[in-house]
Amino acid sequence: MTSELDIFVGNTTLIDEDVYRLWLDGYSVTDAVALRVRSGILEQTGATAAVLQSDTMDHYRTFHMLERLLHAPPKLLHQLIFQIPPSRQALLIERYYAFDEAFVREVLGKKLSKGTKKDLDDISTKTGITLKSCRRQFDNFKRVFKVVEEMRGSLVDNIQQHFLLSDRLARDYAAIVFFANNRFETGKKKLQYLSFGDFAFCAELMIQNWTLGAVGEAPTVPDSQMDDMDMDLDKEFLQDLKELKVLVADKDLLDLHKSLVCTALRGKLGVFSEMEANFKNLSRGLVNVAAKLTHNKDVRDLFVDLVEKFVEPCRSDHWPLSDVRFFLNQYSASVHSLDGFRHQTLWDRYMGTLRGCLLRLYHD
Amino acid sequence: MPGKLKVKIVAGRHLPVMDRASDLTDAFVEVKFGNTTFKTDVYLKSLNPQWNSEWFKFEVDDEDLQDEPLQITVLDHDTYSANDAIGKVYIDIDPLLYSEAATVISGWFPIYDTIHGIRGEINVVVKVDLFNDLNRFRQSSCGVKFFCTTSIPKCYRAVIIHGFVEELVVNEDPEYQWIDRIRTPRASNEARQRLISLMSGELQRKIGLKVLEMRGNAVVGYLQCFDLEGESGLVVRAIGTACTLDKLSSPAAFLPACNSPSKEMKEIPFNEDPNPNTHSSGPSTPLKNQTYSFSPSKSYSRQSSSSDTDLSLTPKTGMGSGSAGKEGGPFKALLRQQTQSALEQRGGSPHRFCRRREFPFFTLTAFPPGFLVHVGGVVSARSVKLLDRIHNPAFVGIMGNTRSYKLLDWNSFNSDEPETRDAWWAEIRQEIKSHAKALGCHAVVGYSESTSICEEVCILSASGTAAVLNPRFLQDGTVEGCLEQRLEENLPTRCGFCHIPYDELNMPFPAHLTYCYNCRKQKVPDVLFTTIDLPTDATVIGKGCLIQARLCRLKKKAQAEANATAISNLLPFMEYEVHTQLMNKLKLKGMNALFGLRIQITVGENMLMGLASATGVYLAALPTPGGIQIAGKTPNDGSYEQHISHMQKKINDTIAKNKELYEISPPEISEEIIGSPIPEPRQRSRLLRSQSESSDEVTELDLSHGKKDAFVLEIDDTDAMEDVHSLLTDVPPPSGFYSCNTEIMPGINNWTSEIQMFTSVRVIRLSSLNLTNQALNKNFNDLCENLLKSLYFKLRSMIPCCLCHVNFTVSLPEDELIQVTVTAVAITFDKNQALQTTKTHVEKSLQRASTDNEELLQFPLELCSDSLSSHPLPPAKEHLESASSNSGIPAAQRATSVDYSSFADRCSSWIELIKLKAQTIRRGSIKTTVTVEKASPVGDGNFRNRSAPPCANSTVGVVKMTPLSFIPGAKITKYLGIINMFFIRETTSLREEGGVSGFLHAFIAEVFAMVRAHVAALGGNAVVSYIMKQCVFMENPNKNQAQCLINVSGDAVVFVRESDLEVVSTQQPTANCQSSCTEGEVTT
Repeated sequence: MTSELDIFVGNTTLIDEDVYRLWLDGYSVTDAVALRVRSGILEQTGATAAVLQSDTMDHYRTFHMLERLLHAPPKLLHQLIFQIPPSRQALLIERYYAFDEAFVREVLGKKLSKGTKKDLDDISTKTGITLKSCRRQFDNFKRVFKVVEEMRGSLVDNIQQHFLLSDRLARDYAAIVFFANNRFETGKKKLQYLSFGDFAFCAELMIQNWTLGAVGEAPTVPDSQMDDMDMDLDKEFLQDLKELKVLVADKDLLDLHKSLVCTALRGKLGVFSEMEANFKNLSRGLVNVAAKLTHNKDVRDLFVDLVEKFVEPCRSDHWPLSDVRFFLNQYSASVHSLDGFRHQTLWDRYMGTLRGCLLRLYHD
Repeated sequence: MPGKLKVKIVAGRHLPVMDRASDLTDAFVEVKFGNTTFKTDVYLKSLNPQWNSEWFKFEVDDEDLQDEPLQITVLDHDTYSANDAIGKVYIDIDPLLYSEAATVISGWFPIYDTIHGIRGEINVVVKVDLFNDLNRFRQSSCGVKFFCTTSIPKCYRAVIIHGFVEELVVNEDPEYQWIDRIRTPRASNEARQRLISLMSGELQRKIGLKVLEMRGNAVVGYLQCFDLEGESGLVVRAIGTACTLDKLSSPAAFLPACNSPSKEMKEIPFNEDPNPNTHSSGPSTPLKNQTYSFSPSKSYSRQSSSSDTDLSLTPKTGMGSGSAGKEGGPFKALLRQQTQSALEQRGGSPHRFCRRREFPFFTLTAFPPGFLVHVGGVVSARSVKLLDRIHNPAFVGIMGNTRSYKLLDWNSFNSDEPETRDAWWAEIRQEIKSHAKALGCHAVVGYSESTSICEEVCILSASGTAAVLNPRFLQDGTVEGCLEQRLEENLPTRCGFCHIPYDELNMPFPAHLTYCYNCRKQKVPDVLFTTIDLPTDATVIGKGCLIQARLCRLKKKAQAEANATAISNLLPFMEYEVHTQLMNKLKLKGMNALFGLRIQITVGENMLMGLASATGVYLAALPTPGGIQIAGKTPNDGSYEQHISHMQKKINDTIAKNKELYEISPPEISEEIIGSPIPEPRQRSRLLRSQSESSDEVTELDLSHGKKDAFVLEIDDTDAMEDVHSLLTDVPPPSGFYSCNTEIMPGINNWTSEIQMFTSVRVIRLSSLNLTNQALNKNFNDLCENLLKSLYFKLRSMIPCCLCHVNFTVSLPEDELIQVTVTAVAITFDKNQALQTTKTHVEKSLQRASTDNEELLQFPLELCSDSLSSHPLPPAKEHLESASSNSGIPAAQRATSVDYSSFADRCSSWIELIKLKAQTIRRGSIKTTVTVEKASPVGDGNFRNRSAPPCANSTVGVVKMTPLSFIPGAKITKYLGIINMFFIRETTSLREEGGVSGFLHAFIAEVFAMVRAHVAALGGNAVVSYIMKQCVFMENPNKNQAQCLINVSGDAVVFVRESDLEVVSTQQPTANCQSSCTEGEVTT
C-alpha cells in the first residue's frame, strides 16, 4: 500500500510556524520530519511518523505555493486563493524575509549578481546554512534591491511599502541595499569582528547624512534631481570633502587643532599621553579618509580604512570606549574654534556621521 | 417575466503575462449570455487593466435567465494571430431572481482556466431588472428559493412542508463526442463546464415549476448530483423537499403574491413529468433491474426487507388495519390515517392522476419540533443497472453485445433517456416506499439518492429513515385543526420518536422491544438506526462519536451482464457485513442508536467497497446495550478457551473505556456497568431488578430483556477472528477531540466561534499481487484510520474541538487505486461551560430549559465525569487564560510542546490589541445585563434573542465555509441563494505542478477561492451546508497528465456575530470576534 496522493486543504490556510521555520531553513521533507520527531512532538500528540510525514509534506506544498506570492507581498494580501488572517500574513512575510546574521555578513557589500550567487555553495559550507536557505536569502536581497533601485523617496519607506516588512526589518534591508549599491568592503579579515548590526547602524547614519536624499529633505534642492537619492552617496559632498585636507596639510592648523583638543581633554582622559602622541596620526587618518572618498575604490574601502587608521591604533593603546567618545567629540567640536578653517558645515556633515560610525565600530 | 440583465466590467488585476516581449498583456473581455456577446475595449499593456465598461444589456426571457450562466471571457488581444484566452468566469445569476436574495452581484472573481487554473481576477457588476409577469403559462419558476440546507433555514418558518420533488436531465457528454478528438482539451473542458451549468439551471427551473404546482415557494434540502456515465451520457439529477416558507421577521406571513402560482397553474399538464413504472419498457433482461434488498436476521436491524416483486401488491388497507393494533392505542392509528390522508390528499387533489407516484419522501434531516412523531428505522434500496443498453432496448436485441450504436446520431436517443433513468429511480423509490410501509410508516425522512458508476455498470442507491409524521405541517391545517390539537396534546415530546411505529405483533423483522426507558408507556426497540440528525428534543446521555464500518470485496473482472450479476450477488453480503460491523462497533461504544447513517457502496473494476458512517449516541429512552460476548467453536480446547477469554476481556475493557470516554453513565445503573460490562445473565438480572425498584413497574419485561440482550459474536473461522481484531484496532480520537457526521455533536452545546472547514483527499495504490479480501480490508481500514489521525494532528491547535459533519466519500478511480475524500468542519468548544446552553440553537435551549427538568439532574453527573477524565493537553483553566492573554501564559504552557502556532485567529498583532481594548471597554457596559440573564436561566432564549444587538464587528471580506446549516456564535440574517459550481481542471505538466498532490491541492484551494469570491460578490460572508458532491480525479503519470472534476454546492448567507453575552466570563470570544474583524482585511 503506497500513498499516491495525500492532501489537506482548509478554508483558512493552516500555517504551522515550526514547519515554516524548517522550510525556510531549507531542510528537505525527510530532514524536517526527523527534526520534528526529535522535538518530541510524537510523544506529545500520540501521532505516528507517517502522520508527521504527511503533515510536513502538506505544509511544504502549501509554502511552495505561497512562495510565488511572497515574492511580491502585496499580492499575498490581495490574492483570493489562500484565506489567511492578516496577522498570519504578516508573520509569513516577516519570516520569509528574515535572514541569518552569518549569511548576511558574507554577502554584505557584494554585488548582488550571478557571480555572487555562484559563491553561495561556499557560503553554505562555511556558515552551515543550507544552500536552499542561502538562495532564498540572496534572492530576497536581490529582489528588494531590484525593486527599490530605481525608486525615488525614502529607501526604508519604499521597502516597507513594497514588501510590507516591519520597520526593523525594512531598515536592515535598507542597509543591505545601501551596502550592495556602494559595494562597501566588509569581508576583509580585520573587519570580521564587526556584526551586521554595526554595519547597519553605519549605513543608516550614512543614508541620513551623506546621500542626496539627506540633502533633498532640505527645501533647497529641486525634486527633479532626486533620483536614487537614498541609495547613492552625494557626489558633490564627496568632492567637497577634499577641502578638509587643509586640516592636516596646514601644519599650523594641525598644531592648533591638537592643542585645542589636548587642552580640553587634559586630565579627563585615561589615555591622554597616548592620545597626545598619536593625535597627528589619527587626525591625518580621519581627514585622509575623507579626502579619498572621491574615488569609488576608496569609498569601497571606507570601513577598512576606518578600522586601520583609527580603530586599530586606539585599540592597540587600549583606549576605553568612553575615552574614544570624549576624544571624538572634542576632536570634531574643536574645529569650530579654528579661525582659518572655512568648511565648518562640511566638517559637521562628515564628522557627525563618522563619529557615530566610529563609536559603533570601536569594540573588540 | 422577461428581464433585462445588465453587466459592467470594471477592472482586472494580477493578470498573467501574455506577451513575452513586453512582459505585459493587452486584455479585453467578452461578455456572453445566451447567444448575445458584447466586448470591452482592449486595455493595452497592463496587468491591471481598468476597462470601466459601459453597462452591457441583455434583454432575455426569464427561462433563459434561469438556465443560462453569464459567461465572461478574458482574452489577450493579438494583432496578427488569434486572440489568446486568459480564462473565464461563469456567474450563476439565479440569486438575483428572487425577491429577498441578493440585488446585485459585484466583486472580484478569479479568472479561471481549465488548464492553468486561476489567472488573475476581474471585477464585475451584474444586475437584473425583472418585468411583471404577464404570461401565466410560463416555463420559468423565478422566485422559488432553493436551499441546500437539510432543515428549515434559520430565518424562516415552515408553513407547509409539501414533500418530495425530483427531476433529472440527460445529455451527451461533450468529452465523448466525436468532435472531442479534434478540439483542444481546453475547449472540451469548457464545453463540459458550460453544459453542466446549463443543465443545472434547467433542472433547477423544472424543479421550481413543480414546487409552484404544489403551491410551495421554496425547495429545502436541495441535492443535485451529476452522473458521468461516460459514453452513455451525462445525467444531472436533483431531489429536494418542497415547502412553503415564511420569513420570520416579516409579520405579514403570506405566500409571496407575485411568485406563487395562481389557481390556473393547476391546469397546466405535467409535461415534463417522468413517466414512472413503465415496467414494460424498462427492464429488458432480468439482470438489469435486479434489485435486491437486504434482510437482516441475526442483527436486529431496523432495516425493512421485502423482495422487489411483491411491493406493489402490498395492500394498503392491510397495512392500515395492522397498525391499528392494541398497543399503540387508537390514537396512533388515527394519526397514521390522518398522515396518510394528508400525504395522499396533497398529491391527489390537484391532479388525481399522479397520486400513484407520489412519494412521501423528505430530504430534510432536521425538523421543526413536533414534526417527527415516530421513527421506524433505516430503509434502503439498491439496484444494479447496465448503462450501455439504455438508449434503446430494441437495439440490444439486434446488436447483441457489440457497441456499434455509439456511432449513431446522439439526438435520436436523447429523447428517450430521461424516461429510462426516471423509471430506474421510480423503481427504487417505490421500493423504499414499500419498505417504509412495512415498518408501519408513511413517510421517509432524511432521504437521499446516490450512484456509483464503473464502466457500464451503475449501482443506484437510495436510503432514508421510515417515519411517521405529524400531519399538521403537511397541509394547510385549517381543516382538521381541532383534531390535531387533541393529537398534539397526546404526543410525547421527548421520547416519542423512539417509539415503534409498527405493530408489535406483526413486526416486519425480528426485533426486541422493551418499554420506553423514558415514559415507560410505549414500546421501543433495543437499537435505532436513522439517516437523520438527532432531534433537538431527544435526551442523550454522554457524548456521541463517529462510527464507521469499512469493507472491501474482491470481484472478478467481467464484462457487462456477467459483471452486473457478480455485483448484485455480492451486494447483499456486503450490506449484511457492513451492518454487522456497525452493530458491533456501536455496542463496543456502549451506545444504542445511530444517526446520520450513510452507507456508500462503490463499484470498481475488480472490487466493491462499502463505507458506512454514522454518529453513535446513547439515547436515554432506549435500553442499555448489552456487551459483546465471544463464543468459540471448540469450547473444550484449553488454550483456545484462554485465547477467547482474553479477547473477551479486551472487548469488555474497551467497552468500559469507551463509556468513560464518551461519558455514558445512564443514571440508574452506571457504576455496575462500568465495573463489569460483561452481561452475565445472573448479574444482569440482578442489575435490572435494582433498577426496576426505582421505577416500580414492568419488572418482568426487563428481566426477559436482560436474558437476551448480550450480543454474541461467534468466532468460528479466521474471518471472524479478523473481524474481532479489527473491532479492537479502531483508535479513539486523541483527548480533546470528538467527531461525528451529524450537524452537531450530541452532548456538546457550548460551541465557540472558531471554525475550520477542510477537505482532505488520499489515494493509495494497492500492491497488485495476491490481493485477498483480508489484506484489502486492512488496507482500507488503515487508510481511513490514518486519514482521521492526520486530521486530528493537523487540527491539534484547535483543541478542544469537534469534527462535525465528517463526510467520507470513497471512489475507485482505477484498478489498484482507492480514493478517499473527506470534508468536515472543526469547531472549537468551551470545556468550561458544560452547563451553558448553546447560543446558536436558541430553539433547542428553549426546549431543553422548559421540558427537561430531569435532564438538568443529569448534568452534574456529566460534569463530574468530565473533570475526572484526564485532558493533558490544555487543562481547562490554563486554556481559559491562554485565550485571554496571548503573550505569556500560552508560551509557558506550550513551552514543552514546541510552541505550536496558537491557531491563526488568536495571533495578536498590535492593531488587534488596540481593537481588543476597545472591545473590552464596550463589553464592560454589557456586563450588568448578563448577571440578570444568569439569574433567570429558564426562558432566557427569548431574552437573548432580543437583547443581542447586531455585532458592530461583523466580518466583511472573509468568507467562512461550513458543511453545517449554522455558524456557531452567529446568527444568519439572510440567505442569498444557492451556490452550485462545477469545475474541471486538467494539466499536461503534472510533474511541474508538484505531482498529483500538488495539482489537486492547488485545484481544491482554487475551488474554495472561487466559491468564496462568488459568495462575497453576492454580499455574503459565509457558505453554509457546503458540500463537495463530487471529486473525480484521473491521472496518467506516464503522459504527465491529470484531470479532476469537482462539484460543490452550498447556501450563500449573511451572518452577524451574536455579541457573546453569556460568555463574558472568558475573553476568548472577544479574541475571536476580534480576529474575525481583522480578518476582514484579508480579501478586499
